[in-house]
Amino acid sequence: MSQTVIESIGESAVVSTEPLLQIRDLEVGFQTQHGLVPAVRGVSLTLNAGQTLAIVGESGSGKTTTAQAIIKLLAGTGKITAGQILFEGRDLAGLSDKQMQDVRGRLIGYVPQDPMSNLNPVWNIGFQVEEAIRANNVAQGKAARQRTIQVLQEAGLSDAEDRLKQFPHQFSGGMRQRVLIGIGLSARPKLLIADEPTSALDVTVQRQILDHLGTLTRDYGTSVLFITHDLGLAAERAEQLVVMYKGKVVESGPSLEILANPQHPYTQRLVAAAPSLASRRIQSAKSQDADDVEIFSGGSLDTTLVARAAEREQAAATQDLIKVQNISKMYRIRTKGLRYNELLAVNDVSFAIKKGTTTALVGESGSGKSTVAKLILQLESITSGQIEFDGQDVAGLKGAALLKFRRRVQPVFQDPYGSLDPQYNVGNTIAEPLLAHKIGNAAERQARVRELLDQVSLPWATRYRYPSELSGGQRQRIAVARALALKPDVLVLDEAVSALDVLVQGQILNLLTELQTELGLTYLFITHDLAVVRLVADNVCVMQKGKIVETASTDEVFDSPREAYTQELLAAIPGGNFQFGR
Amino acid sequence: MPNKNPNAQTHYVAALEETPVEVVDRLDESQKARSTWADAWDAMRVRPTFWISSALILLIVIVALFPSLFAQVSPTECDLGDSHAGPGDGHPLGYTRQGCDIYARIIFGTQASVTVGLLATILVTFTGIIVGALAGYYGGVLDSIVSRIGDIFFAVPTVLGAIVLMSVLPERTPVTIALVLSLFAWPQIARIMRGAVLSARNSDYVTASVALGVSKFRILLRHVVPNSIAPVIVIATVSLGTFIVAEATLSFLGIGLPPGIMSWGNDIDAAKSSLRTNPQVLLYPAAALSVTVLAFLMLGDVVRDALDPEARARR
Amino acid sequence: MIWYTGKRLLQMIPVFFGATLLIYFMVFSLPGDPIAALYGDRPPAPGVIEQIRAQYNLDKPFIVQYFIYIGNFFQGDLGTTYSGRPVSDVMAKAFPITARLALLALAIEAIFGILVGLVAGLRKGKLFDTSALVVSLLLISVPTFVIGFVLQYVFAVKLGWARTTVSSEAPLSELLLPALVLASVSFAYIVRLTRASVSDNLSADFVRTATAKGLSRRRVVGVHVLRNSLVPVVTFLGVDLGSLMVGAIVTEGIFNINGVGGTVYKAIKLGEGPTVVSFIAVMVVIFVLANLLVDLLYAALDPRIRYAK
Repeated sequence: MSQTVIESIGESAVVSTEPLLQIRDLEVGFQTQHGLVPAVRGVSLTLNAGQTLAIVGESGSGKTTTAQAIIKLLAGTGKITAGQILFEGRDLAGLSDKQMQDVRGRLIGYVPQDPMSNLNPVWNIGFQVEEAIRANNVAQGKAARQRTIQVLQEAGLSDAEDRLKQFPHQFSGGMRQRVLIGIGLSARPKLLIADEPTSALDVTVQRQILDHLGTLTRDYGTSVLFITHDLGLAAERAEQLVVMYKGKVVESGPSLEILANPQHPYTQRLVAAAPSLASRRIQSAKSQDADDVEIFSGGSLDTTLVARAAEREQAAATQDLIKVQNISKMYRIRTKGLRYNELLAVNDVSFAIKKGTTTALVGESGSGKSTVAKLILQLESITSGQIEFDGQDVAGLKGAALLKFRRRVQPVFQDPYGSLDPQYNVGNTIAEPLLAHKIGNAAERQARVRELLDQVSLPWATRYRYPSELSGGQRQRIAVARALALKPDVLVLDEAVSALDVLVQGQILNLLTELQTELGLTYLFITHDLAVVRLVADNVCVMQKGKIVETASTDEVFDSPREAYTQELLAAIPGGNFQFGR
Repeated sequence: MPNKNPNAQTHYVAALEETPVEVVDRLDESQKARSTWADAWDAMRVRPTFWISSALILLIVIVALFPSLFAQVSPTECDLGDSHAGPGDGHPLGYTRQGCDIYARIIFGTQASVTVGLLATILVTFTGIIVGALAGYYGGVLDSIVSRIGDIFFAVPTVLGAIVLMSVLPERTPVTIALVLSLFAWPQIARIMRGAVLSARNSDYVTASVALGVSKFRILLRHVVPNSIAPVIVIATVSLGTFIVAEATLSFLGIGLPPGIMSWGNDIDAAKSSLRTNPQVLLYPAAALSVTVLAFLMLGDVVRDALDPEARARR
Repeated sequence: MIWYTGKRLLQMIPVFFGATLLIYFMVFSLPGDPIAALYGDRPPAPGVIEQIRAQYNLDKPFIVQYFIYIGNFFQGDLGTTYSGRPVSDVMAKAFPITARLALLALAIEAIFGILVGLVAGLRKGKLFDTSALVVSLLLISVPTFVIGFVLQYVFAVKLGWARTTVSSEAPLSELLLPALVLASVSFAYIVRLTRASVSDNLSADFVRTATAKGLSRRRVVGVHVLRNSLVPVVTFLGVDLGSLMVGAIVTEGIFNINGVGGTVYKAIKLGEGPTVVSFIAVMVVIFVLANLLVDLLYAALDPRIRYAK
């Protein structure tokens, strides 16, 4: 699949050299109480007709602000303070609202980031597409309705005609994204700005939608400006790359060249941290030589993060610490009236985790992987089957026995924004499990908090901070520290790094590996991201629709996947087979 | 080596001096730690409205507690000879129809209004928070029963219910009025609290606390309630004003406080017959009441802006 | 939608019985002699007491009394007033007048409230917005009866533009001033609600996407901002009907209108307990029904409610 795309890039790269969009020294600032805060600082880029260009950067790099500045739809108090945005030679920065109205939709289409919030919940789908068609004078009257159906079919909604009267909440995320792509392309614009068009979607859906988008834009000769945090995706889908960091362009040029030979230290870092199928499991750096400072400076991820695939030492792991046997979980979902639908979220799942190892549970949304985590954590009861922990059946544990189990098995959840109480400062958050289990006196707890902050490489002063003042990565380190407070044997990591930028993600994965070696921890690592699995897991269970379809060692799964579904997942990883220059 | 022309689609690398690479995800230690409540306080502190309304409320409460500090003239020693007399020395606002000093009556009438407002607000807020929190957090049968009872009381508009109940109650004092008003007003707060608790209960930090082994009740007390009361505080501040208006309305209808108890509502009711000749007799107590209500409304606005996370994010 | 309507109707039944039982209980089962309490300081003649005991079946168990009352209620028998007229007759005369007044007030508050709120929300922080906020705060903090007296004094007494009292036919032209009074507080709430809602929706993602489609500003505001902003306003109108009823009692009292509110006002002033209870019971029933209507309207405006399980 990815080979065909790379071929097509080769073709179109020669097509044109006419600049469609030229941004010169663009500066954008946001007016706040403390004055104008710059978000984009002197960005220049050129996009030729028929080409695809990707702006890559972490959150806060100014990539989305740059995209929104082009169609002059900056959020809140944002303002273009300097620079030019030349579209076919015309400076968009100087256009009036009325003139921009003519540019938007007709000349420049826009596909927003979050499919959930970008369609108006109170109007039906047909109305929202047709509105765009009429506004840009593509068609009127009956023809507009016909065109609406056509647009949606082209975007991949084959039953578009029957679904025109449906509302956004009746559509899945992938379908909504198709609608938004349809709207963006409905007037056949010369340029399409796609802001993280697939970051909220499952990898297989992402692949389908990107392929589709690629075909459509190639057919129409539309230029595409991709905004993405995913270097793999950028490499696979765009011929030109612009890397942004803190509001500035640090490196730009042909994708293949930049990835093969990154020059700027920041780009080098990004390229090194991008997980791909070629990565190998992270080995503990402590057992080698690097010190803490080095690890968290992120300077030499090359050697520490993606260490060579040395044989993992055969730990004392002869016995299974966690043994899951034929567990199922049934939910009853109320449908209309008093009827119930039964949903088998987890269907006859069995696996075992040896002490001191990491098992990854991989699957797309709705595969039941997070439910398995909840069942193991005893947050929900199993419908049938058996969960053994350290030789003991844990289903239906109560009171003191349950409390004892909780001391040994601790969770870290996905959302670093939601899993910490916003009203609790860091010190109290980390001390909470100690208090709940009545461990130590105030001074001892304080000492333990200090030790834990140290383990996750945060300064002691952090204890007074509140979650809202910390970055996503820092919050996730707090969550890890809290989970470690009771010196557990097992951490259940539910999508623990999914919401993080790639460099921060690398850092947390590194930290987890360190801690595993140091404390002899056992991990159950739940994720949708196969590329991350390769970095941390010893064994992999692939889940689909509540069932485990493949269980194997990490190398087996990546080198010779047996099941078609696993192969599909592997193929869907953006830039999966791409050889990054390291 | 940096390319001189960044517009060309050649490989461009920014000068390292201009784009220094920083340590990944470093904690900015220069900033001071702030809790959400401290944040809210900061947001309120800079608003003049906050200080104006707070000062007014403080003044009103002091007047209610120690009316004799502010008025030396007795409000009940009236001389019909002074009926509708204009302002004079020591009588800045003139006299009512009965020849009572208007200023003194306003000062001494404060207590009744403030008592009703404060007491009803406290009752409603506590009942609402406790009932809403238990129903939302424990759910199940308890929730169903409590919600249905709430629906029933909610179906009777507060003042309508109060009209019925007050017209049959043998005794009418500020305390009974506050009790009657809270009887019909608690479901509103309970509903808001229940909704807030429901969303807090499903948050990840609560799940995390369960998995850490924190007890269910402790989670309710330490995590769920503190994260749910912000909207209740906002409504409570505003409802204090509406209770004062409700008391005045009941007194105006003649089923609030008996004429023997001085209150703004009674004075306005008594003044309506003098409206055509001496509108000031009605306007002064009405102004006192409106300023009080306005003070609480403005405070409510400031508190809402400070506690609304979206408003803070926009800052 | 049919399913949703049915569900809401079913949910309304316990609320209806609960609310009427509550009112009935308050009046007839509280400690003390209910008859004496009903008549306050004016003890009625002994014959009247007998009559009322029989009329309200006070010799039977409480719950039986209630169901007899409710049974009569459904048959249109709402008891009799102090002067011996059937309450239902008085109601039939009074109701159309109050309906006219309330609808006029509702139209004024909804149209002007939404309009002012919309403009204020679109021009947040500008002069219009600030003035609208100040005026709305003032209107909320001044009790309806004070506004009523002041407007009556200014427009009827001083300027002579309107009549101080409304004639018994209560034509719309005469009801305009009372309707303004009645609408004032709710108008202020609607302005504030619409303004907040509009300014929230303006920064919504789907509004930015709508602009990015190439729609005109007018269409974005009219189609995407306004419709979404109306959803909370409609919900408010339902709850607001309660304060409109209280307002009607006050306003009709001030302007001497012979509507439902005016009758209740006079009945309260005369201490006519049974009339007050019957009228307020009917008002509560109307309130419950109106809220059902609002719920359906809400569902019509927001498809997510309609299709929710």
